[in-house]
Amino acid sequence: MSTMPDTAVSRRGLLRAAAIAAPVLVLGIRLGGVAEAAGAPAPFKPNALLSIDGQGAVTLALPRTEMGQGVYTSLTMLVAEELEVEPTAIHIELPDGDPARFGKLGQGTGGSSSIRDSWEPVRQAAADARAALIAAAATHWKVPATELRAEQGKIVHAKTGKSATYGAFVATAAAAPIPEKTPLKTPDQYRVLGRRMHRLDSRAKVNGSATYGIDVMLPGMKVATISQTPVLGGTLANVDEAAAMKIKGVRQVVKLPDAVAVVGDHYWAARKGMDALGATWTDSVNAKLDQATIVAGYAKASEGPGASAMTEGGLDAALQDKTMAGAAQRLSAVYQQPFLAHAPMEPGNCVLHLQADRCEIWTGTQVPDAAREAAAAATGLPIEKVVLHNHLMGGGFGRRLEADFIVRAIEVAKQVKAPLKLVWSREEDTQHDLYRPYYYDRIEAGLGPDGKPVAWTHKITGSSIMARLYPKYFKGVDADAVDGSVKTPYTIPSQRVEFVRHESPVPTSWWRGVGGARSAFVVESFIDELAAAAKQDPLAYRRALTADPRAQAVLDLVAEKSGWHTPPAAGRARGVALISLWDTHMAQVVEVEKSAETGVRIVRVTAAVDCGTPINPLGIEAQIEGGIVFGLSAAMFGEVTVAGGRIEQSNFHDYRVLRINEAPTIAIHIVPSTQTVGGMGEPPVATVMPALANAVFALTGKRVRTLPIAKALMG
Amino acid sequence: MTTINVNGKDRTVDVEEDMPLLWVIRDVLAMPGTKFGCGAGLCGACTVHVDGEATFACQTPISAVGTAKVTTIEAMQDTPIGKAVQEAWVEADVVQCGYCQPGQIMRAAALLAKTPKPDDAQIDEVMSANLCRCGCYPRIRAAIHRAAAQGAVA
Repeated sequence: MSTMPDTAVSRRGLLRAAAIAAPVLVLGIRLGGVAEAAGAPAPFKPNALLSIDGQGAVTLALPRTEMGQGVYTSLTMLVAEELEVEPTAIHIELPDGDPARFGKLGQGTGGSSSIRDSWEPVRQAAADARAALIAAAATHWKVPATELRAEQGKIVHAKTGKSATYGAFVATAAAAPIPEKTPLKTPDQYRVLGRRMHRLDSRAKVNGSATYGIDVMLPGMKVATISQTPVLGGTLANVDEAAAMKIKGVRQVVKLPDAVAVVGDHYWAARKGMDALGATWTDSVNAKLDQATIVAGYAKASEGPGASAMTEGGLDAALQDKTMAGAAQRLSAVYQQPFLAHAPMEPGNCVLHLQADRCEIWTGTQVPDAAREAAAAATGLPIEKVVLHNHLMGGGFGRRLEADFIVRAIEVAKQVKAPLKLVWSREEDTQHDLYRPYYYDRIEAGLGPDGKPVAWTHKITGSSIMARLYPKYFKGVDADAVDGSVKTPYTIPSQRVEFVRHESPVPTSWWRGVGGARSAFVVESFIDELAAAAKQDPLAYRRALTADPRAQAVLDLVAEKSGWHTPPAAGRARGVALISLWDTHMAQVVEVEKSAETGVRIVRVTAAVDCGTPINPLGIEAQIEGGIVFGLSAAMFGEVTVAGGRIEQSNFHDYRVLRINEAPTIAIHIVPSTQTVGGMGEPPVATVMPALANAVFALTGKRVRTLPIAKALMG
Repeated sequence: MTTINVNGKDRTVDVEEDMPLLWVIRDVLAMPGTKFGCGAGLCGACTVHVDGEATFACQTPISAVGTAKVTTIEAMQDTPIGKAVQEAWVEADVVQCGYCQPGQIMRAAALLAKTPKPDDAQIDEVMSANLCRCGCYPRIRAAIHRAAAQGAVA
């Protein structure tokens, strides 16, 4: 029986904090029927998600944001299943930021939570809407509702052969109470869920018509770009405003305490104006800060006491220490993971029109509700006077959980009398990110005579994103940072996990996987070390250590599909990793060979996943493929470093990510399941990083404990 | 004043000679399908065709365009290769966030125009100019093969 502090609040829960804290709290997403003015039948709006018009056309207000992960398709499938319409027949709308509209569901999108959070309430909303339409048809046709069924957007009465589209019943349905707790379909009744469904947003994304925040243009709009203090915490000293104003198309220079923006007719004028400004900066106390000092700070902090995140095998630390001391074999290691940038393809940007009494914003954000609140705070306007139109995002990865792009645009716009688009350069985006935290992990295990761990201590040192964003929930342990360490897939009789909060001047935030991915790299690398020390096959070692049949099943599946039990070709080696995180079980095998350029070439990745009921296998495969490439980029090359108080990396030449010629072939195998749904955005990222490091060990004998791998291998 | 031919039409703009084609297309001609990613020729999000050659628009000053014909993603569905590539992209479910895809499609179409049946190595060599942070690479390969198999250049 393990013990965890009851203050453990998940990142997923906190993403909904804006909605939870909203003054207009509604129960669930049930806002009640909205009967509109009489006349032509008004659309039937059974809840905040759905609208059905007099023609029977269904509109879904998507309660999660689309950054590529596929909710456009998967959430629509949830609705289509229960509403009995085709997914392709549903019109999808990206709703404005609204902390109240979706009640407890909120709009925040992160933590691999979209499907998990929507699974019950979205299906329920659709099922209740279907029941309302059936009830309305029963009233119209004067037949028992039990004789009616919904099918392909129509209500059908089999006995009489009557049939009419949903549109015929919207007025009646809108006038009646909305049914509640309509029974949901059982897996044997699924018609849509589990279907290999093509993405619903492809067409617009292949012909250039999809509109991202950066694409918005307003009449009379000016375009600005920004330079923020290169030294962390520095301030703006001087600018040559006259030189900038001489550039054709430059309209204005906006000075802020720690930044400067140039406003022009278009981005190029603003860019040239910025170059002409020759901005100088006043250093801060960080002017001499370098990476070695930062890392030394983490190392030192890790020697101090930690807050208990979890303990197993008795609360008595002395007893745990005794178990460790009595082990037949002891291993200890330090793992270090660097700051990482998000580097989404769409650089930071925000379009807004700020006026004295109102502010209208067009942008792509993962948190339209919370971002609107942040905008209200930054403008000083009441939230009703702030409108936020959300857009598709050119990548999120956690970067767009922060509202700084919007707040910066507001700061600039306060001095500009025109609608404004603020576009960050790639360099600005890279150097003024809020980075994945640096993590410094100390881990130790004692093995029994059979080679299995009998004692395990793990101390995680890193910054706390939760403490920064939600200080009232922080009681010494960052529940997100320790995710995946307080609960591993393995049975170990004595365990102690501690967290040490340590902050450097480098700002940190969520990043695809954050704490869980940190844990997976350390735990799965270290388990590999234990297997090697026990002279056991690393896959079989894991299989024997986990009691979870679902974890065992994905290990068995990945072993079979990767050919684990057959030796790899000469010059190649394989590594394995297993996670049970975000309600998903995933195992991966990575096969590598040597490379003169980067130390190792990733040949092939095989993934096996049990994510509960698969909603859209095509979407799951896309998330896994993409997550693997994203995780490999980070593991191979990802590293943000500081010199002279400045972020050293600036663009894709020195913040390297995988290119197509470096991408492995990927095979994915999904375990059929009717269990409750798991997350999919982050598991593949977390799994592939240790699987690669373990493959590198199998190939080279070198245990990479400090990422990135290319640097560890090539120097 | 500078006149360039974009998607078959002459367009006259009043901009400085060093203004990159990317910003002329996006901010002056108001055609946002061509994307800004890095401004340094490192990511390929801004890829357009200049006389059929896949070109980084962010690295091409308008003065260098001259009488060459510029083609952007907005006109790709009007060409047999462009249409075949777009259809293959949809069928293979390539896109995720989609932001890099106009550039990917422009480069893939230029590849197929020269090499109607590219193998994986040829695809990798050409397409490595374009980054995708969502990691769509395996599907880009598959979609190019699909477009090639359907006789994109027929």
